[in-house]
Amino acid sequence: MNRYPLWKNLLIGLVLLWGLIYTLPNFYGEVPAVQVSSGKATLKLDPAIVSDRVAEALRSAGIEHSGIFSDTNSVRARFAGTDLQIQAKDAIERAFNPDPQDPSYVVALNLLSASPAWLTSIHALPMYLGLDLRGGVHFLLQVDMPGALLKRLDATTGDLRTLMRDKNVRHAGITREGNTIHIRFRDAAQRDAGRNAIQASTNDLQLTDRDDGADDLKLIAALTPQAQQTMRDFAIKQNITTLHNRINELGVAEPVIQQQGPERIVVQLPGVQDVAKAKDILGRTATLEVRMVDDTPGALESALAGNVPFGTELYTERGGPPLLVRKQVVLTGDRLTDAQPGFDGQTNEPAVHLTLDAAGARIFRDVTRESIGKRMAILLIEKGKGEVVTAPVIRSEIGGGRVQISGRMTTAEANDVALLLRAGSLAAPMEIIEERTVGPSLGAENIAKGFNSTLWGFVAIAVFMCAYYLLFGVVSTIALAANLLLLVALLSLLQATLTLPGIAAMALTLGMAIDANVLINERIREELRNGSSPQAAISAGYDRAWDTILDSNITTLIAGVALLVFGSGPVRGFAVVHCLGILTSMFSAILVSRMLINLIYGHRRKVEALSIGQVWKPGNN
Amino acid sequence: MEFFRIKKDIPFMRHALLFNIISMLTFVLAVFFLATRGLHLSVEFTGGTLIEVSYAEAAQLEPIRRALGNDGYPDAQVQNFGSARDVLIRLPNREGLDTNGVSERVMATLAGIDGPKAELRRVEFVGPQVGKELATDGAMALLLVIMGIMIYLAMRFEWRFSISAIVANLHDVIIILGFFAFFQWEFSLAVLAAVLAVLGYSVNESVVVFDRVRETFKKKRNMSTPEVLDHAITSTISRTVITHGSTQMMVLAMLIFGGETLYYFSLALTIGICFGIYSSVLVASPMVMWLGVSREQFVKPKKEKEEAVV
Repeated sequence: MNRYPLWKNLLIGLVLLWGLIYTLPNFYGEVPAVQVSSGKATLKLDPAIVSDRVAEALRSAGIEHSGIFSDTNSVRARFAGTDLQIQAKDAIERAFNPDPQDPSYVVALNLLSASPAWLTSIHALPMYLGLDLRGGVHFLLQVDMPGALLKRLDATTGDLRTLMRDKNVRHAGITREGNTIHIRFRDAAQRDAGRNAIQASTNDLQLTDRDDGADDLKLIAALTPQAQQTMRDFAIKQNITTLHNRINELGVAEPVIQQQGPERIVVQLPGVQDVAKAKDILGRTATLEVRMVDDTPGALESALAGNVPFGTELYTERGGPPLLVRKQVVLTGDRLTDAQPGFDGQTNEPAVHLTLDAAGARIFRDVTRESIGKRMAILLIEKGKGEVVTAPVIRSEIGGGRVQISGRMTTAEANDVALLLRAGSLAAPMEIIEERTVGPSLGAENIAKGFNSTLWGFVAIAVFMCAYYLLFGVVSTIALAANLLLLVALLSLLQATLTLPGIAAMALTLGMAIDANVLINERIREELRNGSSPQAAISAGYDRAWDTILDSNITTLIAGVALLVFGSGPVRGFAVVHCLGILTSMFSAILVSRMLINLIYGHRRKVEALSIGQVWKPGNN
Repeated sequence: MEFFRIKKDIPFMRHALLFNIISMLTFVLAVFFLATRGLHLSVEFTGGTLIEVSYAEAAQLEPIRRALGNDGYPDAQVQNFGSARDVLIRLPNREGLDTNGVSERVMATLAGIDGPKAELRRVEFVGPQVGKELATDGAMALLLVIMGIMIYLAMRFEWRFSISAIVANLHDVIIILGFFAFFQWEFSLAVLAAVLAVLGYSVNESVVVFDRVRETFKKKRNMSTPEVLDHAITSTISRTVITHGSTQMMVLAMLIFGGETLYYFSLALTIGICFGIYSSVLVASPMVMWLGVSREQFVKPKKEKEEAVV
């Protein structure tokens, strides 16, 4: 009765072999590597071609590598030491980015698993270490949705003005008040015309009438809930794309940029130590705005005297005189498709060439046609503060959506502005609400601490089990080791992020998993004490303990799942390992240990006694 | 080797009242300390900035405090962390403090102090809105665990068991929190994880005992309810002590080798394990008895169903 059929033994053996293979990569450690990935959204990386180019670049520079690997997004080359790695990075950088001002590829230092190629080819990778173990920076950014909403309403206000003008609807002013837009009319006929015009052009606005007097009729427009939702989704997606582009400039090997909840973004930059620079690049919440300059005579003078006219703001042009800018936004950075540094065709001054999308091009054409001879201000808004980059005079109608910004810029500044604009403006401002930086020395220390805790805890349990339960203790220990093996293999396979709390969970799960074996062994002893034969005791012990093990593991699992659902950050890392560990422990504690016991005792004709330690019977002394 | 040579069932239930009075006292004390002292919540919950730096030699805290005070952080808490060379600086969030560049500015201030240079080990900044959410999420997780376990136990056993197990184990949770309040140990997210893990774990303990209770009710027809409970506890006590001992060995290894980060985590587990044994054996079982568990609920399946509905 204590024999497993052959298929069951084979199956357990196969699972253990699988565990061993997927655990293996963790033992090889990591070697320095250089990673090449695309630096531009428009540039698709062809792994085969890039691999050849990397190999060629290294050959011509005379640098030896120990293998080039590629996946769909990047190509990585391994090196024997960090010196070679840095030399190789320079060589590859030169080969791939001949113009350092405009890099097409991101060349970054990285670490690669030193495991043999056959392991990598079956996706057996080492566990993915969290920032607290490898060092790096973690940011949680909150997107300012109310801010994005206001921005959208401001733009809509401008659109409505254009619409009213195009449809020849006479209105008495369009203003944004809080989260609504108020359009004033003098008579009901114009209001009806206005309403029809708006409804014909957009579905995003909810319109209500309000009469504040016989000649003060209003149409109140608010964004529909659907439109607001779309706007939110769009804002967060655009911000993530923008962050991707900006982080590419940092040259981080494996950045993580993910949405968390409806309005948050997590950014993790492993290995980055220069927090100030990282923050600077992330925190550049620059947006571009085009507005008109108020050239009314006397207005600037009164503004300088402290009396800024209604609807305008006072700015200082970069390196130039102060000027008065209207609050109404003509165009925002959303309409921008490209920005390149270059030179003005006529004056040879450094300039930034902008390309606008179709809608932007149309607005720009209309505005420039109507405002020839007037000045237009191009503003960069950073962290709520605006700066007028340039305020050129409009000489002629500009169509086709190609715009050039020039004036008082150095070549470097033109590059900066172009980069900032090209990297995309953020759809909504963001704020860092959580930041975690872990130095590399602390990371290494955390690994050592976690490893030592698990190791010594395991040794202590193993010694005790072997001493107390003898052969059954040895079997329990092997089962526990199998549990650890499977857990590590599963974590490696899933590439779940391992953090210090995760290691703690691993240790704790092992400490708890032994419970199943203790239950079984105690049950067997009890059966022996009650006079069962050894074979019957084994069988009854395992069978009876099963219910209890199931119940107790499920209650633990409930707690683990709750942590997984509601936990964030360190708690989640703990919960993932904890839950997986409970699952693997069910397999190893019951099946693996039973298989071993069956192999030891199941085939003997007659078993005199079990090596499970002394079984004391009340009647014996 | 055999630790437990128990000839007769130990009459736990005879002293049930005493055990429950002890529990009650500890519980009231824990609530008292929680109410009067409160938890020393970590930066994750309160929001603020935490900066850990390391020096080549033992750090002088006074100059650091003075320099930070002069540079606009009079409310900075500076203390040693783990060793004399490691320093932990805590800055609470407050109105008007520009949180974005705090760590850089603090490092600049530290660089301005004469003596050995500080190496940045770790920065943690948590905005005020995150802290509140973590607290609610923690509470939700606790609630979900309680509900989940109660429903499972009610399905698998009986409502009396599920109520007793939850009461016994919540009492553990309150006692752990009471310890953290009394000693003003730092209550971090990791500790919260430990508390919830303990909750799941010590319910285990009750489950093992209850399992035995059910089995004994079915097998031994001539025992009274207290006798059944005594028998169940006595026959599982060996396993209880060995299992918890093993888990505790692991936790002890973390306590010793895990460093500062895992210290409070393993401390919470230690308290949880010790009180977990006590409460699930000596609090949960008497409660089951007082709630009126009897053989009929297990032996006749029809009646059991009716009970479950009630």
